[in-house]
Amino acid sequence: MATVEQLARYVRSKNAGPFWVTLEIFTDNDAAYQQIKGSPNLTKAAVAELYGVEPGLVKQFYLDDLRVVKYSYPRPRPSGHRAENDMHSGQQYIKLAEVEV
Amino acid sequence: MNTCSVLMPIGGLGAGINKEAFDFGMAMNPDAIAVDAGSTDSGPAYLATATCKVPRMTVKADLEICVQGAVEGGIPLFIGSCGTCGTDNLVDWTGDIVAEILAEHGWQAKIAKIYSQQPAETLERKWDEGKIHALEGAPEIGRGTFADCSNIVAVLGVEPFIEAVQAGAQIILAGRATDTAVIAAYPILKGCDVAASWHGAKTVECGAQCADKEDGMGVLLTVDETGFYVRPLLPDAHCTPYTVSSHLMYENTDPWRLTEPSGTMVTHKAVYTQVDEFTTYVTGSEFEPAEQYTMKLEGARPNGFQNISLVGIANRKICADPERWIRNITAFGVAKLDKLGIDPATYHIDFKAYGFNAVLAGAPPLDAPPPRELGMLLTVTADTQELATRVAKLYQPLLLHFPTDMDEREQLPSFAFPFSPADCPRGETHEFTLYHVVDVDDPLELVRIAYVTV
Repeated sequence: MATVEQLARYVRSKNAGPFWVTLEIFTDNDAAYQQIKGSPNLTKAAVAELYGVEPGLVKQFYLDDLRVVKYSYPRPRPSGHRAENDMHSGQQYIKLAEVEV
Repeated sequence: MNTCSVLMPIGGLGAGINKEAFDFGMAMNPDAIAVDAGSTDSGPAYLATATCKVPRMTVKADLEICVQGAVEGGIPLFIGSCGTCGTDNLVDWTGDIVAEILAEHGWQAKIAKIYSQQPAETLERKWDEGKIHALEGAPEIGRGTFADCSNIVAVLGVEPFIEAVQAGAQIILAGRATDTAVIAAYPILKGCDVAASWHGAKTVECGAQCADKEDGMGVLLTVDETGFYVRPLLPDAHCTPYTVSSHLMYENTDPWRLTEPSGTMVTHKAVYTQVDEFTTYVTGSEFEPAEQYTMKLEGARPNGFQNISLVGIANRKICADPERWIRNITAFGVAKLDKLGIDPATYHIDFKAYGFNAVLAGAPPLDAPPPRELGMLLTVTADTQELATRVAKLYQPLLLHFPTDMDEREQLPSFAFPFSPADCPRGETHEFTLYHVVDVDDPLELVRIAYVTV
């Protein structure tokens, strides 16, 4: 078992406007890309559970040419909510990076 | 063949344009200069209070370089989303800075100011007409939401920019615009491929982030009738098919479909070709014109007043179970406030345990070691500053001394405050409220343009 972080070149997250978060896993070889793409721990449903959102709301994209797997999900609270903890959502990728593949 | 080159000197106005790169770009004889000055990424405060995130002096320094390039090169300068949030007052604020620069240098130019801020009444009328629609992931709103917002802006497409240039303006200062419209407007006006103009604009909207060396600062976009070229402005940076195509993902929900007021750019069939050491050429972009022209609305409303306190804790017992301490101190304070007649429904308490789970919500992995120390941030939110501060003041002695369990007869601990006073009123706070679009009959229906020659 390896984690996403160990397989990937890098993993990142960022707000996509005030109401969405987007996550990307960049890999630099086909074996790692396929392993991540095929992992049951990285399905839309698994990522939804990881971030506490409805499974139907998570979008998943496979960018084969770039060997990137991308997810987007609506922020549970709008940017600037009174209990805001990550305005730019820039640290939210860590949970994804820790997933075992 | 129609071609149009746009110099994009930096991803955000006021970040500090690299003059060497700018001059290198100007030497390639661009047809226009375009810069985006706005973003919602830093949160709702800027829109809610109609203020610019960047200090005036910093904005002026970048504008001076851009205005000089436009005046000396005899080319138009496009600035989108003036003053971070693009409210009307910040279009004027930017206009004043530009006028000051022109006057200081004895230059002349016709300035267009494009306004897109919307009064609540306009949007209430649109709401009644059924012309406001929620985007996916939008919060629930009602007719009254527009009046609740401190400020609302409608996001501009390319048409108002084109209108301003055709009216003879050389410096175009716009309210909130899509990051791409400010760049795509001139190539579209010049008869270049519409899809390539949009896709090229999207590629360069963050400056040299589409290159392999981001501190290269700027990029040159050249659109023709079949595609677009993109190259960075410093000799040690390169735009490659990988860096150019991967930038499309950045900050986008969907990497292949990007919606603009007039339609959707579709990029999944694009072909990326390296044409020289620095430059990538992109063809195969598509654009699906929308049946209905829409402008996205951005609005922020107040959601209370806050007071924050930070205390450092290295106590072993609390570090071993920070959530238990948070539960106990919260309940103790709430009970004390209740005795004073302060209803728990009138304020909101939020503890964040930095070093434990403040950034990544939920329980840390089971095998994570206990933190060596914690930064406990208490945020109190209430309808008035007075109440928020009163609640925070009541918590101060608890933040200093509260043991894990009050009933344990241990010596009262004291924790580490970095500030005196330990609490800090931070004024009114805000949240984004609108993620909606409004149908318009004409791209200029909700837009006002004013011209001034300095």
